[in-house]
Amino acid sequence: MSEHVDLRKPRFRFPFKVSIEPRLQEVPRWYSLLITLGAIIFSLLVVALVIAIVGGDPWRTYAHIAKASFGSLGVISDTMVKAIPLMLVGLACSLAFRMRLWNIGAEGQFFIGAFGASAIVLIPVLPETAPTWLFILLMAIAGMALGAIWGFIPGFLKARFNVNEIISTLMMNYIAVAFNNFFIYAIWSEGGFQMSKMFPRTTWLPRLTDYAEQVPIFRGLTTHFGLVFALLAAVIVWLILYRSRWGYEIRLIGDNPRAAEYAGISIKKHTVLVMMASGALAGLAGMSEIGGVVHRLQGAISPGYGFTGIIVAWLAKLNPLAVVIVSVLFGALILAGREIQPSGIPKMIQGIILVSLIASDFFLRYRIAITKRGEE
Amino acid sequence: MDLVIVIQAGVASGTVLLFATLGELFTERSGVLNLGLEGMMLIGAMSAFSVTVATGNPWLGLVVAMLAAGLISLIHGFITITLQSDQVVSGLSVSFLGTGLSLVLGEGLSKAGTISLLPKFTIPLISQVPILGDIFFTNQSVMVYIGYLLVPLSWYYINRTRPGMHLRAVGEFPAAADALGINVYAQRYFYTFVGGIMCGLAGGTISLAISPGWFSELTTAGQGWIAVGLVIFSQWDPYRAMLGAYTFGALRRLILDIQGPTMLLGFSNPFYYNPYYGFFLQMLPYAFTIIVLVLGSREAMRKRMGAPAALGLPYIRGQRGL
Repeated sequence: MSEHVDLRKPRFRFPFKVSIEPRLQEVPRWYSLLITLGAIIFSLLVVALVIAIVGGDPWRTYAHIAKASFGSLGVISDTMVKAIPLMLVGLACSLAFRMRLWNIGAEGQFFIGAFGASAIVLIPVLPETAPTWLFILLMAIAGMALGAIWGFIPGFLKARFNVNEIISTLMMNYIAVAFNNFFIYAIWSEGGFQMSKMFPRTTWLPRLTDYAEQVPIFRGLTTHFGLVFALLAAVIVWLILYRSRWGYEIRLIGDNPRAAEYAGISIKKHTVLVMMASGALAGLAGMSEIGGVVHRLQGAISPGYGFTGIIVAWLAKLNPLAVVIVSVLFGALILAGREIQPSGIPKMIQGIILVSLIASDFFLRYRIAITKRGEE
Repeated sequence: MDLVIVIQAGVASGTVLLFATLGELFTERSGVLNLGLEGMMLIGAMSAFSVTVATGNPWLGLVVAMLAAGLISLIHGFITITLQSDQVVSGLSVSFLGTGLSLVLGEGLSKAGTISLLPKFTIPLISQVPILGDIFFTNQSVMVYIGYLLVPLSWYYINRTRPGMHLRAVGEFPAAADALGINVYAQRYFYTFVGGIMCGLAGGTISLAISPGWFSELTTAGQGWIAVGLVIFSQWDPYRAMLGAYTFGALRRLILDIQGPTMLLGFSNPFYYNPYYGFFLQMLPYAFTIIVLVLGSREAMRKRMGAPAALGLPYIRGQRGL
C-alpha cells in the first residue's frame, strides 16, 4: 500500500518514532520470566487499587495474605495442603493446553474423582478393616478412572462431531456437581446432613502429623501423601511431554496441527487420549482431597481448584515443573483468602493476574522500538 | 403444571439468553471470539442491581450495566485485536475477571431489600389471540418485548444493510475488507463492545426483571456459557438464536414446574415423590447444551456452513492469510 501523502501544512511531529516490530528470534528465558513478574506486579497494583476503591486497606490485605500463608511452619504446611490439588489440576490443564485442547472441565473432573474415591469407601468396595495401602490404591484408581471418563466424553465429542470442548467440558462441570449432590443428599446422607459419614481412619492418606512420634517437629502438620502423588505426576507429565514420542506428538499438534496431520499423527486419537489423561489427573486431585483432607463426601470440597488450575498452568507457561512452584503461591492465596473481606478478592486477584499475563504475552512476541525520526 | 405458563415463563427467562447470544453473535460475526460472557453478565447483573439500589431507577441501572459490561469487553478487544493474543485464553481471563470483580463490588448487595423493577405489561389487542397472546404478550417484562424487536432488527442489520455487510466481510475475509477501505480493527472493536453491551443488558435483565436480586455467582449459574453454546447452535443466525434461547428458557422453567404435580402423563410423578431426583433434572440444561452442540456441528458439516471464516484469528495488516 502506498505511503499516505499529507498535503496539508506541516505540523508538529513527535521527534521519536515508536514502532512495533514482530520478534524474529525466541526471547531468552530471563526476559520471559521478567515479563511474567512484571505482569504479576502490575496486577497486584490493580488489585490494590480496587481494594482501596471498595474501602479496604490494600497493604494490610497483602501483609495478611503473606502472614497467613507463610508466617509459620504450621501455615506453610496448610499452604501445601491447598497447593496439592492445584498442582494436579494445573498439570491436567498444562497437558491439555499444550495440545491447544481447552479442558476447562477440571473442576467437574475433580468432583467426579472425589466421588469415585468416596464410592470405594461408601459402597463399600472394601471392608473397613482393609489395609490403608489397598484403600489408597483403589481410591486413586477409581478417582482417576472416573476423571478419565469425564474427560473422555468431551474428547470423544470433539473428535467425532467437532463439538467445541470449551463448552462441553464446562457443561460437564455442572453435571458433575449435580451428580455428586444427588449422592450427598439422597444416597449417602448421614443423619439428614448434606454429607456422607466420616470415613474410617484406614482410608486416610498418611499425614506428616501421623509421624509426630518419630519426628516431633511434624506435630500438627497436615500436609498429606497427596503431595507425593502431585510431585510424581509433575515428573511423569514432564517426562511425557518432553521425553516421549507421545509428548512430542502432543506438542507438534499444539504448535502446528496441519504439520502434525501431514506427518501422519492422528489428531482425533490424541484428542481423546489427552482429554482422558487430563481428566485422570484432575480426578486424582479430587481423590487426594477426599483422602487427605475432607475424609467424607460433601458439597463444598473445592474453592474453585479446577479454575485456579487454569491460571496456574498459564502462569507456569505449561511447564509441569513450574506448575509445582506456582501452585504453592496460589495455594497461599486460597488459604489466606478465606479470611479476607470482601470474600471475592482471591477470585478477582486470579482474574486480574490472568488478564495481565495474557496481555503481557505481547511483549514476548513483539518488540517496541523507539527511534529518532530522521529528517524528511 | 400448565404448559402455557411454562412457555410464557420460558420466554421470559430465555430473554436473558437471547440478549447474550445475540451480542456474542455480533462479536463472532466480526471474527472475534469472546468467551467472557459469563463474567460480563455478572458484571451487568451486579451493576444494574447496585445502581438501582442506590438511585431507585432501574433504567439507570440498566444503562450502567450495559456500559460496565461494555468496558470489560473492551479489555478483551484490546488484548485480542491490538495485542493479538489468543482469543480463547483472553476470553477465559475476562470471564474470571468479570466474576471476581462482580463478587468484590457486589459484596453485601444480596442483603439489599426490595427495589423497583423494570415494568411488566400486557399488550392490548394482540394479547387476545388465543394461546400465542397468552404466551408472548400477556404480563411480560418490557425486556421481553425489547427482545422480540431486537431479533428481526439484528437479522435485517446483518443481512440487508451496508454496515452489516461490512461486519460480515470483516469476519469472513478481513484482508479483502481492509483492501476495500473498511477499518478492520475499528469494526472488531465496535462489535466486541456491542457484545459486551448486550451481555450487560442480559445481566441487568436477570437482576432487575426475570429473577430480581444479586446472588453472587448463582445469579447467572452458567447461562453465559450456555449462550456461547447457543451461538454455535444458532449458526450465527438471529432467528435460530431466538429459537434456542426460548427453548432453553422453557426447559429451565419446566425443571422447576415438573416437580409440582402428583401425576405426570398418567403416572405417579417420581420427581414429586422423591425430590432428590431433581438433581438429575438440574443436569438437563447443561446436558442439553452438549446435545445441541452435537446437532449444531453435524448440521454445519452437512450444509458446509458454519463459523465466520476468520473467527478466532487475529488480523495483522500486511500479513499473509486471512
